[in-house]
Amino acid sequence: MEATLESAARSRSRSFDWTAPFSLVAVLLLSALVLLPVFWLAVTSLRDDAHRFTLGYYRQLLVDPDFVRPLLTTLWTSAAVGASCLAAAAPMSWLVARTDLPGKRLLRILVLASFVTPPFLGAFAWVLLGGPNAGLLNQWYYALLGLKPFEAAPLVNVFSAWGMVFVTFLYTFPYVFTFLANGLEAIPSELEEASAILGASAWYTALRVSLPLAMPALLAGFLVAFLQSMTLFGVPAILALPAGVDVMTTKIWSLFQFPPQLGLAAATSLPLLAVTALLLRAQALVMGRRGYAVVGGRSTGARLTRLGPWRIPALAPFVLVLGCSIVLPYGVLLRTAFVKNWSRPLAGNLSLEQWRFVFLEFSQTRLALQNTFVLGIAAATAGTVLVTVVGYLSLRRLVWGHRALGLLATAPVAIPGIVLAVGLFLSYTRPPLLLYGTLSIIFLAYLTKELPVGYQQVAASLKAVHPELEDASRIFGATRLRTLVDVTAPLVRNGILATWFFIFIGSIRELSATILLFTARTKTISVTMFDLRESNDWGPIAVLSLTMLAITFAMVAALHLLTDRRAT
Amino acid sequence: MIPIRFPLPFALACALGLASPAAGQETTPELLAAARKEGKVVWYNSVDVKVAEGVAKAFRAAYPGIEVEVERSGSERVFQRINQEHQAGIRNADVVNSSDASHFLFWKQQKWLAPHVPPDVKRFPPASRDPEGYYATWRATLSVMGCNTRLVPAKDAPTGYRDLLDPKWKGKLVKSHPSYSGTSLTGTYALTRALGWGYLEALAKQDVQQLQSTTATPKSLATGERAVMVDGNEYNMFMEIDAGSPVRILYAREGTPLVASPTAIFADAPHPSAARVFQNFLYTVAVQQFLVDAGGLRSVHPDVKERPGRTPLSQIKILPDDPAGMLPHVAEIKQRYTAIFGH
Repeated sequence: MEATLESAARSRSRSFDWTAPFSLVAVLLLSALVLLPVFWLAVTSLRDDAHRFTLGYYRQLLVDPDFVRPLLTTLWTSAAVGASCLAAAAPMSWLVARTDLPGKRLLRILVLASFVTPPFLGAFAWVLLGGPNAGLLNQWYYALLGLKPFEAAPLVNVFSAWGMVFVTFLYTFPYVFTFLANGLEAIPSELEEASAILGASAWYTALRVSLPLAMPALLAGFLVAFLQSMTLFGVPAILALPAGVDVMTTKIWSLFQFPPQLGLAAATSLPLLAVTALLLRAQALVMGRRGYAVVGGRSTGARLTRLGPWRIPALAPFVLVLGCSIVLPYGVLLRTAFVKNWSRPLAGNLSLEQWRFVFLEFSQTRLALQNTFVLGIAAATAGTVLVTVVGYLSLRRLVWGHRALGLLATAPVAIPGIVLAVGLFLSYTRPPLLLYGTLSIIFLAYLTKELPVGYQQVAASLKAVHPELEDASRIFGATRLRTLVDVTAPLVRNGILATWFFIFIGSIRELSATILLFTARTKTISVTMFDLRESNDWGPIAVLSLTMLAITFAMVAALHLLTDRRAT
Repeated sequence: MIPIRFPLPFALACALGLASPAAGQETTPELLAAARKEGKVVWYNSVDVKVAEGVAKAFRAAYPGIEVEVERSGSERVFQRINQEHQAGIRNADVVNSSDASHFLFWKQQKWLAPHVPPDVKRFPPASRDPEGYYATWRATLSVMGCNTRLVPAKDAPTGYRDLLDPKWKGKLVKSHPSYSGTSLTGTYALTRALGWGYLEALAKQDVQQLQSTTATPKSLATGERAVMVDGNEYNMFMEIDAGSPVRILYAREGTPLVASPTAIFADAPHPSAARVFQNFLYTVAVQQFLVDAGGLRSVHPDVKERPGRTPLSQIKILPDDPAGMLPHVAEIKQRYTAIFGH
């Protein structure tokens, strides 16, 4: 620290304060990133091929059943995902946060595992598990009950709107669960104790005290799940399209098939954007008005309800949900990756053939891996630098318009991946920047999409650092920028590291934006898998899925190691 | 359609000595050296990915120092990608293979192709090559019906397309999509001409599992996800049979659509020399025989031998393809089909 301050003092006379130009660049960059795609979406949706003003696309959207039906499907399936997530996550998060349930650590790790599992990967696995006649689960079910496929109804049929709801639920559940568990832990148990002391039964306390306290979190959890489900592309494309069911995202994708109907695609995208923005606003209102801060300071230790004889049976919902989101999918992917012919029994069929094909013969593997890593590293590095600077400038209120900075950085949360891709396509297939067909356009998509996550992570860390330390550095003559680099950054090192890893993990699994922006030279692992799906090449898909999971878990472990060392 | 062998412009060009590429179309040491300098060839195709990579592997072994990049998707998807890339000014593809032969008519009209006649192609039957030397049939297959032998005993197997309208097949059928697959498109065109659109409308009421690729339907059949396949690649069925999967090919009594898949070189190929070396390689007896033996495909190369045990083409009632007749109807077929069956 001493050396730092010394050097800062030394450089006082000759250094120019770069804060102002730097923040100007940040504002311009952010505006271009976020506003340009939205601008072109709006313009394109309002003009016909001859560039004349038209409302024709919106009219078609409202009257053509080919557009109305997907919209309705999107709304009801997202609501179903939201409701089922709440129904499962509310009791389960209470069990983990507020009771003496055994194996909590393991449960949290498994929830984390389902959290980082890309939903489209889960959908692949569930095709193999829940295909109505040949799916592994249905085969077991038929065998167990002595039934015959085609004659009896299957146990599950993933090729349906409900199949899509189920799989989306499995991989949205962890968001809602984590959200609620954190919320419940923050509720001080004194109020519940008071209720108990006054003679209320456990049920009465739960219903009249805990539930109202948790209400904002529940509502917000529902909205998070609704949003997540509404913006997914992979799961509906894999499970609903084969059943002839379209949702908004798959509709936009099909409008992009050659020759692309850009006006319609833009007009279909904007309502999705509007609904997302509205829901987020609603969530902010709900959370803002009835935040936990109202309740009082963080409690010293939540009172844990004793489950008594129910300790073990209470694990049942966890076994069910995590079994369906982790154990069964990972199991079926392993089984598929290590057999020669996946339509035959396991015995005598074990082989490394699929791995040999993917890593020695399949000429897309190397290119796709390389692209995926280049994009992940570039987006994570650029994103981390950008959100750190922006977070610092806006949280310390250093520049005029700091509020706009924060708003811009979090705005992309309201832009679904596929909508962002339409906007980027419209913005960068025209001069001055012709980026279509390069990795740059996909890089921009990832950078924009991950800004909010990164910003929130960095903002949380920055809030924890007291400005006095920075003030000291400033008194010794260091510029703002120097202070940020030499004083603040080291203090929020863990937060910045976490930001980098979050953006990286988010980028390497991205499908919904990439699917519209890739070309043969710029394929990633995720779109390569999507291509293989159309020809039912499940062996290579399973190998690539396991590879992607291995990379993701390695990154999570690396983050853990890097931040742990600092703590001790 | 009567094949016109030497249309006037081409004959004229030959007479004037303008068709200069025709002179140097063999893989000469000079061409090979130029190809090595380019270092790689990018091949867009629609053949089963394992067959494609098998060919690429053989090429790397035959011509070390020239890498092959395989970009596989459904023919119609390949067509979309190439057109979209072309529109955006991206030149990535060198050589292209598609099971929708009308694509080659379109690209030729657009003047996107380069004329090139590999030595072996000179001996191909005239109906299998473009008279002006822009493309030739690289592989052929049939769009066949099939069944899972565990689920459908031989005596119950359908013998033709009309049998599939029987209520007993409801919920048991699987089918590919003409908006994705060129084989499916070619087959759909042949089928609608033989049986009419009314047939497909009736078929759609049978609760058909709609997949994308004609390489996917045989795989679905093999797992037992569906009992009967409406259309799929004959070559994938042969490969499944070789792998021990419980499937059988059914040649419909109404006839089976034949699908010829040409390849061609793009005029603005980024690796023009490597593209020519590769194109020559694709039509050699060795590769053509590999397609037949390991890939289950049909070849029009005069020196290639059919594998014993497979029904020879001469004994199958064929519904011939007609790319020129289909070309003006492509968009309409896709639209109408999607309206009936969904995506």
